[in-house]
Amino acid sequence: MNFLAAIGRAFLAFLEATGRVFIFTLTSVSHCVRPPFFPRLIGRQMIEIGYFSLPVVGMTALFTGMVLALQSYTGFARFSAEGAVATVVVLSMTRELGPVIAGLMVAGRIGAAMAAEIGTMRVTEQIDALTTLSTNPFKYLVAPRLIAGMTMLPLLVVVADIIGVFGGYLVGVHKLGFNPAAYLKRTFDYLEMLDVVSGLVKAAVFGFIVALMGCYHGYHSRGGAQGVGAATTSAVVSASILMLISNYVITELFFAK
Amino acid sequence: MSETTPKIRIRGLCKAFGPKVVLDHLDLDVMPGDSLVVIGGSGTGKSVMIKCVLGIITPDSGSIRVDGVELVGASTEVREQALRKFGMLFQGSALFDSLQVWENVAFGLIQGRGRSRSEAKKVALEKLAQVGLNADVGELWPAELSGGMQKRVALARAIAADPDIIFFDEPTTGLDPIMSDVINDLVVACVKKLGATTLSITHDLTSARKIANRIAMIFGGRIIWSGPVSEIDRSGNAHVDQFIHGRAEGPIKMELRRA
Repeated sequence: MNFLAAIGRAFLAFLEATGRVFIFTLTSVSHCVRPPFFPRLIGRQMIEIGYFSLPVVGMTALFTGMVLALQSYTGFARFSAEGAVATVVVLSMTRELGPVIAGLMVAGRIGAAMAAEIGTMRVTEQIDALTTLSTNPFKYLVAPRLIAGMTMLPLLVVVADIIGVFGGYLVGVHKLGFNPAAYLKRTFDYLEMLDVVSGLVKAAVFGFIVALMGCYHGYHSRGGAQGVGAATTSAVVSASILMLISNYVITELFFAK
Repeated sequence: MSETTPKIRIRGLCKAFGPKVVLDHLDLDVMPGDSLVVIGGSGTGKSVMIKCVLGIITPDSGSIRVDGVELVGASTEVREQALRKFGMLFQGSALFDSLQVWENVAFGLIQGRGRSRSEAKKVALEKLAQVGLNADVGELWPAELSGGMQKRVALARAIAADPDIIFFDEPTTGLDPIMSDVINDLVVACVKKLGATTLSITHDLTSARKIANRIAMIFGGRIIWSGPVSEIDRSGNAHVDQFIHGRAEGPIKMELRRA
């Protein structure tokens, strides 16, 4: 009986958490589209998410593109399809790896920082202070982060796509001996607008998820330093899982026959 | 509105967190011009009561009227109007780490009331001067200040918009006796200058005696005694006597877990 009660409690807790996230999301989105807006705060978050994430996203994209070229070359050599390396690199980067890698990196860097900052504000009563100073915490803290996340991640992904393809080009031309012009031709011959657009849509959704989870877990953190630490971990883990789930859903929507 | 309308009238206020009942049909009146201090032990619901009035915590039931206007279940607009009358000094100061000191003080003026930054900065520096801090401090960050200075900045922020009602949550907690006295003096001076009504919560009796003209004691989620500060030593209430003399023996039993 205790076992059944435990399952019931866990299920109810899951439903409660889902409901809380849903209400938090609706409230946050409603504040994103209603004035007043805080352009100064939105700008600051855009710089934090977009500009300061460039090095880490660029580095990971570069090496991902390089290893992709190398792996696909050695793999495709088994059935004499080495010529498809350039196409595989560009399609993988634009459709999948660009947004996913940028999303995961930003989740680790920005989602954690958002949860820690807002969590600290929660446990030190700074969020309560906002309320007493006639400022809605959703409008002041959450909305600028969501707007910045949704707009900056697609831009980061454009950069990641270019750097990733360039990484593949470097390995293809300098290590695997492809002709540069032929490699570039192969890269663009089979690339369609939909490949890039689907990646950018994913990036916008991932940016929303990372910012939402960072804000949600920070906003609901409790119990001092330990609570803030737990909120940070939860923000990164939940954002990563939700991103991968939504990645499948978006892929299904765009490409399923 | 008649002169006898309380600034704050709380009736039958209840709040429980799970099975733990924190406020149990609490009644309290704060009259215009009053400096009411609510005393009580840790965990007796003092902070919850004040946060219910501020709208930070939603009570389970009861009524909170400010200047005769009901706030429990009120619309966002009504609550926002009420918040404009309030100033609040938090226990841990709650200064915004990411803003300079003057921006902290001016925050309510810029964000809440739409004043220009230059105009709000001028007011902020005036308020900082009022709590004994010079303009140079305004350019510092909260992390660069001592606990006492942070408290003064928080006081300056609480009075920045010239509120009608100011709430003080443990204004002297964590400060040495001399700095506590400085803060108490500043609280009294600022409140007198503004002509504001204040509702404070503390377990520091020295502070309570200094800043209050009325004292109320909370126990078991209710106000069990209230009266002028001069009568606190002859209240005739065993709970109050035990609390003000700091005795372990008496009707208030501390929850201690023994091995």
